[in-house]
Amino acid sequence: MQNLINQNAILNDEWHLLDSADEASSLVNAIVSGDFALNNAEAVMAAKCGILLTPDAQLEDYKALLSAVPLVAIEFPAFADGRGYSLARLLKERYQFEGEIRAIGDVLIDQLFFMKRCGFDTYALKDGLSAEKALNYFQTFQDPYQMAYDKKDPLFRRKA
Amino acid sequence: MYKYDNYDQRIVDERVAQFREQTERYLAGELTEEQFLPLRLQNGLYVQRYAPMLRVAVPYGLMSSDQVRKLAHIARTYDKGYAHISTRTNVQFNWPELARVPDILEELASVQMHAIQTSGNCIRNTTTDQYAGVVDGELVDPRPYCEIIRQWSTFHPEFAFLPRKFKIAVNSHEDDDRAATLLHDVGIKIVRNKAGELGYAVYVGGGLGRTPIVASLVKPFLPEKHLLTYLDAILRVYNLNGRRDNKYKARIKILVKAMGVEAFAAKVDEEWQHLVDGPGTLTDEEINRIKGHFTPPTYEKLESENAELIAHLAENKAFANWYGRNVVKHKQPGYAIVTLTLKKLGTPPGDLTDKQLDVAADLADQYSFGEIRSTHEQNLVLADVKLSDLFDVWQKAKANGFATPNLGLLTDMICCPGGDFCALANAKSIPVAEALQEKFDDLDYLHDLGEIDLNISGCMNACGHHHIGHIGILGVDKKGEEFYQVSLGGSSSTDASVGKILGPSFARVDMPNVIEKILAVYVESRIEGERFIDTYRRVGHTPFKERVYAKSN
Repeated sequence: MQNLINQNAILNDEWHLLDSADEASSLVNAIVSGDFALNNAEAVMAAKCGILLTPDAQLEDYKALLSAVPLVAIEFPAFADGRGYSLARLLKERYQFEGEIRAIGDVLIDQLFFMKRCGFDTYALKDGLSAEKALNYFQTFQDPYQMAYDKKDPLFRRKA
Repeated sequence: MYKYDNYDQRIVDERVAQFREQTERYLAGELTEEQFLPLRLQNGLYVQRYAPMLRVAVPYGLMSSDQVRKLAHIARTYDKGYAHISTRTNVQFNWPELARVPDILEELASVQMHAIQTSGNCIRNTTTDQYAGVVDGELVDPRPYCEIIRQWSTFHPEFAFLPRKFKIAVNSHEDDDRAATLLHDVGIKIVRNKAGELGYAVYVGGGLGRTPIVASLVKPFLPEKHLLTYLDAILRVYNLNGRRDNKYKARIKILVKAMGVEAFAAKVDEEWQHLVDGPGTLTDEEINRIKGHFTPPTYEKLESENAELIAHLAENKAFANWYGRNVVKHKQPGYAIVTLTLKKLGTPPGDLTDKQLDVAADLADQYSFGEIRSTHEQNLVLADVKLSDLFDVWQKAKANGFATPNLGLLTDMICCPGGDFCALANAKSIPVAEALQEKFDDLDYLHDLGEIDLNISGCMNACGHHHIGHIGILGVDKKGEEFYQVSLGGSSSTDASVGKILGPSFARVDMPNVIEKILAVYVESRIEGERFIDTYRRVGHTPFKERVYAKSN
């Protein structure tokens, strides 16, 4: 079952998570762990891998990699672990990461709206959730109060 | 008070639709218990011992009479005819049916109310001084800043899943702190710098619960327009670095302690450097727009003394008692601030009926510009009553059970719902409050004792603020039996302190006698005019401990 979406459509997933046990695995279209990326930076950049970040990742460590990789996946070990929201905003707003940010792990539909606002581009929904249904959950609030990645100004400046 | 514009109303309406749909999915089995839990919590819905409990937000404790009437209607229609004022100035209903909660939210939205973020690991209702805008000694009215924080915190996309709940309080009074500001995750004190510019002293890391701590000053002066960017920086540092492995160590106070105040402040500042002067910076237009909602009502020009009032006070001792206790000086000549106490013998502290809610709304319309306030000490306030109306207000309040003249006295207790309602509680708290109210019902004695904060919590979560009561009582479970631990010396005011545990805990039946012994030590030791807390601080813990644990002969 295909469960990757962006805010408009169901997508084909061209990426795969690298099985680190298998050293012969190809790096092509692979999402590698943060540690692997730090230890094999040149190969990872050359192969244009994706990087998987756990919520405790220190973004500063990945600064050099971020300009060269096309995808960062942020893991939600549990949907109630909200660190990924800050990481996504920092990646886009502070580190000027221009690639794709993907939410993976315990990604449920009621959090999609907040994730979109924080700069996520794609969402690998938790198994069993309907991707079609999930597409309806990106527009919960038309005009939220805060600035975030999706709104460069808070409501009080947008209204003016 | 703040009135919604179309944007505010749409956000609340969209929330109603969202929660209705989530409830439907839950009832249809599409959302698991675990997945629905944070969604319902962020809408103030707990599953309690007997039924769900719905907590309605009362931003900084301010309500219009229409809103209060709506609460009365909800209590009557969806509940068992009563409601409860919480220590975050919110209103709780103990018996709604889960399937009807979306309808309740729709009713609330029709009067610009909601239950957004009244629970869950997110930014909760911002609280402030219940006498804001009407009391002498205030720098500026703190409520516009609370409203600015309310809007910023409502559905903040980055901070919906924090390590733990997050509470903010704002105080603007120069000498008093009625909002327990220093016992909050963030306490904001509005100040002026030497150049006379308005800003904030920001304190972080206060809180109750298992590890009660008074907040530390992290920013002595933050200019007015930088409020939200600085809060963003604090929350981001907390969201990324707060502990998530142990819910008892997840509040920001633990992070501040672990990092050290200076290191924490430096980290926030470093984060803030990226945000300061960005689009999150408040504009003069926005500050003035919000302030425009909190202009003083059209007061009449009155004398500061009223002959009718003076005559009533001379003639009627019961009225004079009430006036002396439950009425506070207003900054506008000829007006007074009236507290409607919800601490009557036989009623759980902070509870009131649908009829009382309707009466409160009527009193507000007739005597106080249609506004009413809820307090963290679980009472209601009419903030703008003419001196010439006080006698009428007293009579009506008395007839409706609002006029027990015990504001600030021993029996004006703070008390959580405890084991009678709450699924988290280790012990009941309401029966202890009742036993104490019964034992100490002699008003002359209570008045002689003077100001004493007695706070009761049914468990370590400290919803009854036991740590910061001059006398604190904590319910504990010992092998399935309920016991009560007593602490002395807490304070929620500008001299905030955490109480010290007296010793081994007591059975419920012994509690009235234990409190009586503590009070006896105070009465014997006090110097003329000294409050309980002052005497305790002077004579120390020992005389109380010795008396209470003395072997009887």
